[in-house]
Amino acid sequence: MTVNRSRLPDVAPDPHFTFPVIVRHTLDNGLHVRTVEHPSVPVISFIVQVDGGSGADPSHQEGLAAIAADMIDEGTGSLSAIDVSDALARIGADYDVDVGADATTFGLTTLTRFADRGASLLASLVTRPSMREEDFTRVRQLRLDRLRQLKDLPPAVAERAFLRLLYGTHPYGHLPIGNDRALRGMTPADVVGFHHSVYRPERATLVVVGATTHREMARIAEDAFGSWDPKRGEASTSTAAADAPMNDGARLAIIARDGAAQSELRIGQLATRRNTPDYSALLVMNAVLGGQFVSRVNLKLREEKGYTYGARTGFDWRRALAPFVLQASVHTAATADATRDALAEIGGIGGDRPPSTEELTLARASLTRGYPRNFETVQQVARGVAQLALYHLPDTYFEEFIPKVNAVSAEDVVSVARRYLDPARLTTLIVGDHAAVSESLATVGLGSPELLPSES
Amino acid sequence: MLGVTDLDLSFSKRTLSNGLDVIVHEDHHVPIVAVNIWYHVGSKNERPGRTGFAHLFEHLMFEGSEHHNAGYFPPLQRAGALLNGSTNTDRTNYWEVVPTSALDLALWMESDRMGYLLPALTRERFETQRDVVLNERRQNYENRPYGLALIAILAALFPPDHPYHWMTIGAAEDIRAMQFEDVQEFFRTYYHPANASLVLAGDIEAERGFDLAAAYFGEIPSGQKPRPVQANGALTQERRLLLEDRVELPRIYMAWHSPAMFAEGDAEMDLLADLLANGKTSRLYRTLVYQRRIALDVSAYQSSREVGSFFLVAATAAPGQSLTELAAVIDTELQAIEDHGPTQDELERSVAQAEAHFVYRLQTVGGFGGKSDQLNAYNVLRRDPGYFAADLDRYRNATFESVRAATKAYLPFDRRVVLTVVPRGQQALSVPGAEPVVVS
Repeated sequence: MTVNRSRLPDVAPDPHFTFPVIVRHTLDNGLHVRTVEHPSVPVISFIVQVDGGSGADPSHQEGLAAIAADMIDEGTGSLSAIDVSDALARIGADYDVDVGADATTFGLTTLTRFADRGASLLASLVTRPSMREEDFTRVRQLRLDRLRQLKDLPPAVAERAFLRLLYGTHPYGHLPIGNDRALRGMTPADVVGFHHSVYRPERATLVVVGATTHREMARIAEDAFGSWDPKRGEASTSTAAADAPMNDGARLAIIARDGAAQSELRIGQLATRRNTPDYSALLVMNAVLGGQFVSRVNLKLREEKGYTYGARTGFDWRRALAPFVLQASVHTAATADATRDALAEIGGIGGDRPPSTEELTLARASLTRGYPRNFETVQQVARGVAQLALYHLPDTYFEEFIPKVNAVSAEDVVSVARRYLDPARLTTLIVGDHAAVSESLATVGLGSPELLPSES
Repeated sequence: MLGVTDLDLSFSKRTLSNGLDVIVHEDHHVPIVAVNIWYHVGSKNERPGRTGFAHLFEHLMFEGSEHHNAGYFPPLQRAGALLNGSTNTDRTNYWEVVPTSALDLALWMESDRMGYLLPALTRERFETQRDVVLNERRQNYENRPYGLALIAILAALFPPDHPYHWMTIGAAEDIRAMQFEDVQEFFRTYYHPANASLVLAGDIEAERGFDLAAAYFGEIPSGQKPRPVQANGALTQERRLLLEDRVELPRIYMAWHSPAMFAEGDAEMDLLADLLANGKTSRLYRTLVYQRRIALDVSAYQSSREVGSFFLVAATAAPGQSLTELAAVIDTELQAIEDHGPTQDELERSVAQAEAHFVYRLQTVGGFGGKSDQLNAYNVLRRDPGYFAADLDRYRNATFESVRAATKAYLPFDRRVVLTVVPRGQQALSVPGAEPVVVS
C-alpha cells in the first residue's frame, strides 16, 4: 500500500451506536435502582445520588449540603473516620463525592470480588453516618481554612463572584463550599437535620454498573440498601426548582488582584434549563462557539492572538435556569482586547456570523462521532445513568443523542444563539490587576468597570 | 493481596526498518482505537539557557504539516477523535482516540507530522505559540498560589547542569529568547522513527495494525538515535529555603533524591508515599490533620523519572500553626518508619490500592495513562512492552523490610531540600535558617 498524501483518507460512517440495557426497579423502601451490565474488566461501580445539592442549602446556611456530604465518610456504626478510610483502602476502592447544584453524588468503585463489601460499606456511610460533633468541628474547620485558601486562587474567586452576579440571592447563587459566616453559624444538629430531610431512599437513586449480571446487582442492592428506613421526619421541600430572574442590562465588573500576571475573564448570562427541547441545538451552537479547541473563541483568543493558554464556553447545566459562561485566563496586558474579541464572538454567532457549513459539520461530528468512547469504563457508564435520573431523561436518551444532534441545522443554531445569548444582557467579570486594566477596559463599550469586593 | 492473578496487558511488537517500534494491543469491547506515540525527548534533552524548548515544540506539532497545512485538530475532530499531547522531563507523547473507521486518518496525520512537519512551519505560527506558552506559564505557575514552589525545589535539588534542574515549562526568559531557527535542528535530532514508539490499542487486528503502520510510517527516513542523557548530582547537606508568595497559609515542602523509575526502591517509595499521606488512615494525615489539627492538608509522592526521581512531602499549616512544628512531626513519622518499618497491615493496604489501580487502568485503551500509554512507557523506558506483570510484581513483592530500608536509604534528614512558602512580608513564619530565594 502506498500512501496518497494529496488528500486526507476517507472515514467510513460509524457503526450504529447502542447503549446497554438499563434495568430499573424500586426497593420496598422507595430507593430507585438502575443496573447496567458491563462485561470487560472485573470492576464494579456504585453511585448513590440523593436529590439535593448546594441548591438545597437553606438561606443563610450556604455550605450545609457540602458539609453533610463531607460527614458521610467520617464514621458509621462502630467505625471511626480512620476505620472507614482503612476499610475503603483494603478493597482498593475509589471513593468520591460530588456536591452539585441539584444533587449530591457518592461514587464507589471496586473490584467485582469486593462488590458486596463495597456496597455494604457505601450503604452504611450514606444511610447511617455517625455525624459526631468532634468530627463535625474538624471538618468545618478544614472547610473554613479551604475557603481562606480559595481567596488566592483566581479561578475560584472568579467562579464564586460570577455565580453571585448571575443569580443574586437565588439558591444557585453560591458555590457548594458556602461562605465563612454561614459555616461558622452551623451546628451538628443542622447537618443531622439536613441528612434526615434529604438523604431518604425515595429521594435517592442507586446506579450499579459492573462485570456481572443484573440479577446479581439487584441482589447486592437489596442486601446493602434494603434496610434503609424511609420513615424518618419530614422530607426537604427546599429545592432550587424556581428559575432565577435574568439580568436586565449588560454589566462589567472587576475584582482587584494587584500585580496579577493574568486576568481571569468570565462572560455569561442565565440561559435555560437542562431539559430544554433546545438542548441539542445549544450543544452544537456551543461547539461552534467555544466548546472545543477548534471553536471560534479559542481559535481567536489563543491561536490567532496568543492572548491566552485557552478559552472556552459552556453551559453549567442545572434543573432550573442554568448559565452560559465563557472563561479564559488572559495576559494582563491583553485583558481589554481579549474581552472585546470574546464579546464579539458571542454576539456574532446569532448575528452577522452564522455558522458555516464546515463549522456546523465539524461541530455535529465532534459531538456524535466516536460517541462510544464516552462509555468505556464502569464509572463513565454509571455517571451517565445517574445523569438520566438527575434530569429525568428517558433511558433511550443516549441512543437518541446522535440522531438528534445530527438533525440540528444552521438555522437552529442561529435561532438558539439569538434566543439565549443576548449581548445586551451579558455580565462580564475580570479578576485582575485593577490599576493595569481598568482604563483600557472602559473602552470595550460597557462603561467603566464596577469594582467589587472579594467575598469572604 | 487482592487475588488478582490473571491480569495482563497482551501485545505484539514489530520494529520497522526505519527503527520505529510498533506495538498493537487488541481490545474489541468498544469500536474505537487509540493511537499513542512517544518521542523519547523531553526537557531533560535541553540545556541551561534554552529551557522549555521541548514543550514549545509539542505545541508546534499541532499547527500543521506539509500535506495538511492547517490546524491538526479539525480533520480529526470531524471524525470524532479525542486528542492531546504532553511533554515531561523524559518524553513527549501524542495521542488520538478515534472510531475504528478513522484509524487511517489518524495514522495519516501522525505520520505526516513526523515526516513532513518543517515545510508547514512558519515564523508566525512559531511566535504565536511562544506567546501561548508564556500564557500557559503565567496561568499555571506564576498566577497560581504555591505555583512557583516546585521550580525553586528542583533548582535546589539538582545542580545547574543537571537536566532536572529546570521544569519542563522552562524559564520565562528562555522562552522569550527562543528562535524560530532552532526548531529545525530540534526536529531533525529528536522527531524521527528511531526515536519514537507507536502503539495502536483497541478495535484492531494486530496484522492490520502492523500493515497500516508500515504503510504510513515506513517511508519516513530513519535518524540517529540520540545518546541517552546521563547525569549525577547528590545533595551533601540539608538546604533550607524560603519563598514569599501570594498565599494565605504557609506551606512546607521536603524533597529528596530517590531511585529512578522502575529501579530498585522506586515501588517502595510509591508505597511509602501512600502510607504516609493518602487518605485519613495514612500516618501523616492522621497525625497532622486528624489528631493534632496543625495542618490543613498533607501530600506525598514519588515523582518517578528516567534519570533519577525525587520524593516529595508537602503540608500546609493550619491558621496560626508553625511550620517548624509540622516539620518536627514529619521527621518523627519518617524516623518511626526508618526504625520500625510500616506495619504489615499498612503495607497490605497500600499494596491493595496499588493493585486495584493497575486493574482500573486496564479499562481505557487511550488517553493519558490508558493501556496504549502504559505500553509505550514500558517500551520506551524499559525497552520491554511486556513489563506490566513485572511492574505489578514490584508492588506485590515489597516487604515491610524493603520499605523500611528504602526510607532509611533515601530520606536522610541531612541531605534534602526544605522549602517553605510563606505569605509576603512574613518571613518569620518560615523555619529557622531558611535562606530567601527568588523565582520568576
